[in-house]
Amino acid sequence: KTSEDSDKYSVLLPTYNERENLPLIVWLLVKYFGESGYNYEIIVIDDGSPDGTLQIAEQLQKIYGHDKIVLRPRPKKLGLGTAYIHGIKHATGNFIIIMDADLSHHPKFIPQFIEKQKEGGYDLISGTRYRGDGGVYGWDLRRKLISRGANFITQVLLRPGASDLTGSFRLYKKNVLESLVERCVSKGYVFQMEMIVRARQLGYTIGEVPISFVDRVYGESKLGGNEIVSFLKGLLTLFATT
Amino acid sequence: MTKLLEWLFAVSLVGVAWGLVTFDLLDFQFPAVYREVAWPMPVYLLVVFGCYSLATVGYRVATFNDCEEAARELQGQIQEAKEDLKKKGLKI
Repeated sequence: KTSEDSDKYSVLLPTYNERENLPLIVWLLVKYFGESGYNYEIIVIDDGSPDGTLQIAEQLQKIYGHDKIVLRPRPKKLGLGTAYIHGIKHATGNFIIIMDADLSHHPKFIPQFIEKQKEGGYDLISGTRYRGDGGVYGWDLRRKLISRGANFITQVLLRPGASDLTGSFRLYKKNVLESLVERCVSKGYVFQMEMIVRARQLGYTIGEVPISFVDRVYGESKLGGNEIVSFLKGLLTLFATT
Repeated sequence: MTKLLEWLFAVSLVGVAWGLVTFDLLDFQFPAVYREVAWPMPVYLLVVFGCYSLATVGYRVATFNDCEEAARELQGQIQEAKEDLKKKGLKI
């Protein structure tokens, strides 16, 4: 199936020490975009990774072409919000896809995001782990409890109209992402939540697609007390200011 | 209006209604049964909400999908990708 319309999808991949995963995620993106026929580009935003991620990205550029793999590195770790702004500046697509580069988000869902967006003309599509046949691999009971508990509190306090607020696998219309990023001030998990909350405030429409989230990192990076506290602080700030 | 203000507004409305009935502030001369029912309502509603929360979160944790299939598929594709990339000239 070939796409005749002029839509182009720019995938933003902020990376930090993803030397091993980057070729794999790029291979999967090329596979699923190739099969679906949609026009795309992959923008790799490497924050000065010491492990040679950028060198791997350059090899991928040679293999897949400079029009498909675009490199826009930065000198050091500068945060996700600014990575999006940086990526948007260089994106030639009219749609932006944001996702994690560590293989927890699978590119096979991207054609589903695109189709859902076309179906409803949505301003943004959010991949959800909490609805339909969405789900997670690699989480123990404790992690699931924290996740569902935090999501429940968020739903009660913010009534956001989306089931997965902390997810970061989404498709945005470029102008929508631009207007949201410039309004959002939080960091980390809360940044992704704030994007959805502000989207609703501004009257943007949100569609959802269930996704599977494969966490291969959970064993090493436990969700600790600090993160929970900063999440609650962020949530209460959103509660009081939006 | 922020969510906080919405909550404060709603809580105030409920609080005023509760106060009116429980303490008969406007001297409506309610039958005693109204006051007996209204008086414990706030605590009762909190308990009901607490139980609802526990049940909902419990249910959602219990039915949280474990994507075994997705993990297996990913493993297979990782192998495929590594071989294909090697063929295309990627040097790790």
